Amino acid sequence: MEFVRRYETGAGWCPDNRGMAQQTASTAVEQSPSERPQRSPWLGFLLRRTVRLVVSLFALITFAFLIIHLVPGDPVRKALGLNASPELVSSIRAELGFDLPLWQQYLKYLGDLFSGNLGVSLASRLPVGETIGNLLPNTLLLAVIAFVVVMVIAVPLGMLMAVLTQNGRRRGVELSFTTVSIVVSAIPEFLLAVGLVYLFAVTNPWFPIAGMDGPASFVLPVAALALGPIAAMSRIVRVEALAVLGLDFIRTARAKRLPAWRIYLRHALPNALTATLTLSGLLLSGLVAGTVLVETIFAWPGLGPSLVSSILDNDYPLVQAIVLVYGGLVLLINFVVDILLGLADPRSTIKET
Amino acid sequence: MSTTDIAEKMVDRAAARAGTGRGGLLRRLATSPLGMAALLVDLLLLLLVVFGPMIWGAAAEEFDVDNMNSPPTDGHLFGTDSLGRDILLRVLVATRLSIGLALGATAIGAVIGLLLGAIPAVAGPRVGRAVVAVVNVAVAFPGLLLALFFASIFGASPSGAMLALGVAFAPGFARLTQTLTAGVVGRDYVSAARVIGVGRLRIIGRHLLPNVADTLVVNISLSAGGALLAFAGLSFLGLGVQAPSYDWGRMLFDGLDGIYVNPAAALAPGLAIVLAGLALNLTGEVGAQLVGRRVGSARLPAKPATGAATSVADGPDGSPGADDLVLDLRGLTVSFPRGRGEKSVPVRGVDLRIARGEAVGILGESGSGKSLTAMSVARLVPDPARVDVQSLTFEGRDLSANTSRELRRMLGTTMSVVFQDLMSSFNPVMKVGRQLAEVATEHQGIGRRAALDRAIGRLRSVSISRAEQRALQYPHELSGGMRQRAMIAMGLMGSPTLLIADEPTTALDATVQRRVLQLIAGVRAAEQSALLLISHDVAVVAAMCDRILVMYAGRVVEDIPVDDLLAGPRHPYSRALLAAVPTIQTDRSQSLRTIEGRPPQPADYPIGCAFAERCAFASEKCQQDPVLEPIDNGSVACWHPQQGPVPGVVIDSPAVVSRQRATTATAGPVMPSHEPSRTRERGR
Ligand code: SF4
Repeated sequence: MEFVRRYETGAGWCPDNRGMAQQTASTAVEQSPSERPQRSPWLGFLLRRTVRLVVSLFALITFAFLIIHLVPGDPVRKALGLNASPELVSSIRAELGFDLPLWQQYLKYLGDLFSGNLGVSLASRLPVGETIGNLLPNTLLLAVIAFVVVMVIAVPLGMLMAVLTQNGRRRGVELSFTTVSIVVSAIPEFLLAVGLVYLFAVTNPWFPIAGMDGPASFVLPVAALALGPIAAMSRIVRVEALAVLGLDFIRTARAKRLPAWRIYLRHALPNALTATLTLSGLLLSGLVAGTVLVETIFAWPGLGPSLVSSILDNDYPLVQAIVLVYGGLVLLINFVVDILLGLADPRSTIKET
Repeated sequence: MSTTDIAEKMVDRAAARAGTGRGGLLRRLATSPLGMAALLVDLLLLLLVVFGPMIWGAAAEEFDVDNMNSPPTDGHLFGTDSLGRDILLRVLVATRLSIGLALGATAIGAVIGLLLGAIPAVAGPRVGRAVVAVVNVAVAFPGLLLALFFASIFGASPSGAMLALGVAFAPGFARLTQTLTAGVVGRDYVSAARVIGVGRLRIIGRHLLPNVADTLVVNISLSAGGALLAFAGLSFLGLGVQAPSYDWGRMLFDGLDGIYVNPAAALAPGLAIVLAGLALNLTGEVGAQLVGRRVGSARLPAKPATGAATSVADGPDGSPGADDLVLDLRGLTVSFPRGRGEKSVPVRGVDLRIARGEAVGILGESGSGKSLTAMSVARLVPDPARVDVQSLTFEGRDLSANTSRELRRMLGTTMSVVFQDLMSSFNPVMKVGRQLAEVATEHQGIGRRAALDRAIGRLRSVSISRAEQRALQYPHELSGGMRQRAMIAMGLMGSPTLLIADEPTTALDATVQRRVLQLIAGVRAAEQSALLLISHDVAVVAAMCDRILVMYAGRVVEDIPVDDLLAGPRHPYSRALLAAVPTIQTDRSQSLRTIEGRPPQPADYPIGCAFAERCAFASEKCQQDPVLEPIDNGSVACWHPQQGPVPGVVIDSPAVVSRQRATTATAGPVMPSHEPSRTRERGR
């Protein structure tokens, strides 16, 4: 599970997403405690994040534009095959604007993009925008459902495990939970998918194996996507919750003689979720990436199979557009998560100034 | 040898000392059972990589035309593929390609990543910032997605996929390197190297990389596991290894087509991928634990705690009747398990009685057990610790039994705890007002709105200005002193008969300290509550309390009315504490350092008087445990009690606090009568 490794090595995109609970207490910046209420740092925060998003999107667009130019050899010849007539090759070259100098091509690409023209697929001759419009919703649906399933299961599970095993109690439970979760989260989704197909479609024909047709067809793809992240995320929630349970304000809550459920749910959980929320960006992006493989296995009418086939066919206009879509999704997800994080943990907006 | 050389040698030595001490990671890996297992699988994989194709390479290409797509049989353990080739042999042979490509991709990623990551540490700030920004964006992308992006450039081939994967892994490595080097760069020896003009590449090579090498190695191992899985994914999609070559991913792809005919053709390579991936990941993880655990693994041999003989002595003569006691604690022992059946006992047999309205201070150095005693009273000692009492009665209720809902409610409103505020005693993501209001909604059945109103009122009563707004702010938006006052206000949500304050002013500066102490004194007067004040500061307890317990090494060594303490305590330790009280010139925070020697650790409390080693009056007799015996108005645990004033003591009270005595307090021998108020001379 990629996001777990990033969590554990501190190599994630958030510079301090490791052991955030421990930092909760220590890194908090002592604000100037002036008597006047400070101006909300929100506007600046929002602005900085928006600028970051725009700059990143621009970099992504440039990358997508460059793909076709970075390909070794003649991309048009590659795409059309050796048997294509020279006339066809030159007409496609003209269509792609290859006759112009590079900077003019770039401007034209930008212009087309902003007017919503994504070009025409070299393989199918269909407008790229239409293809994406048809397939993207199915991919998003799959990823979002998997994400919800992960959160709904992993957070309570991790919290429960933390409460059960705090202060070194129930070593056996802890050991089996950790072992199972490490093993499950080490299995990539495409292997889980194969295993699930074998168990629940080949051996016991309970669920459909291909296509998107009714609720039953979601079960196996969603399970393949979600199982690993559930294992990994619940482990992280447990570790964070354990760290939070050791913090001083939990003792304060105990001193208030609050009932246990209130201490765990109202005080511990929100603080343990900072890490979960931070990682949820990586999780959702990871799920989006995972759909490429899972959709291919389950013949899901999503964008994944198109990405693969367009790469295999050297269908560059389609590749460029799909790269833009996936990349844009990832950037957007991170942007939204950042904003949510700012809302949930008011200090994170201040920390970075 | 030039001076630069010498200087660099010195820098190196400093680095070696500060660094983590490389080498031996492999050896240490082998000492853990899990690490051992991982290493064994690694070794097996290595053997397969080297010898697999040599031994079975030809056999794996043999067609068995009679057995195409056959399920497992005797001749073919995992059956055959569509051309009748043996699946098992092919899986074994494919090890080389699968692992080789994964390692290749990891190596590419590591090299690019290291270079990228080290740039910010050594390049100019502008270049550095640009690189960091790019890496930050790139690292948010899932590796597989990046690999797919780059695969569209490099094409669908093994080398293209390896390159794509390598580039995809680079941002992760770059980020890791940045994080690690940023930590090292700040250290002295790197600055030193820079000052003496060591070239940039040389700084990277000689000073930065060696110090982060262990962590990098661990991460490379983890990434190799990830690369293996990712590469299998690419091959599975048809973007990696192309027929007639085959790796595990390619075999999985081929096998999936025939999964209804021979599931083993898909499951066998899948299993190989999982096993190899797990082994590599496990190697990395165990390694990571070893690297992380390096510090602090040294264990002190535990000495058995000396028999915690409970030195139960009845308090001063004529203890007040139970009705007059808010708190009656007898024979408190707190112990921590130390493993192997041993335990350390930081509190050994403490008795504590507090009369209604009385203010009792516990004075002692850190580690004397004073905070644990207070937390035991509040039943807030965290779990691995064991709290044993002969009896613990609060407001006539037995607290040593289990908590019922009703008892919890009673405690929630009558016993208040004020913690030392290190910013951490408030929940950082809950508004201050809500945190106060919680007490009322939970224990007094008040609606949320009304509870918030009450919270605002309480905030106002601790003189927090614009309480309505403060209540809606988060703890970090309040100053330290304000938080401490809010903490007191939290204690006032009920009507406390006992206020427990654990070092309530330690983190605050002198002015704020004074205000907080005044506030606590005011609360006592208004609520007529008793106070249990924990502090290491003689001046603070002297200003606030009627009676003082001096704790040393987990025991009460003296129990004395405050005036007697100031006039000259009996116990040599109390006298030393008093003598160490700073005059105006000295720094208060260092006050206790001036007593020579260190207090013993709970693990090695000596037999006999624990203070003997530092005591000027120690004799043979002191090797027996002294027992708390009544003397004058208090009691003392010492074989040679002293007398008379401690020379040169000027108590310089931090707070102009007139000691408030609750008017309802039943004056008894535990609460020697004083002037109703006494104002001490202000020190500054
Ligand atoms: S008992 Fe002995 S060693 Fe301990 S304080 Fe008294 S005189 Fe000193």
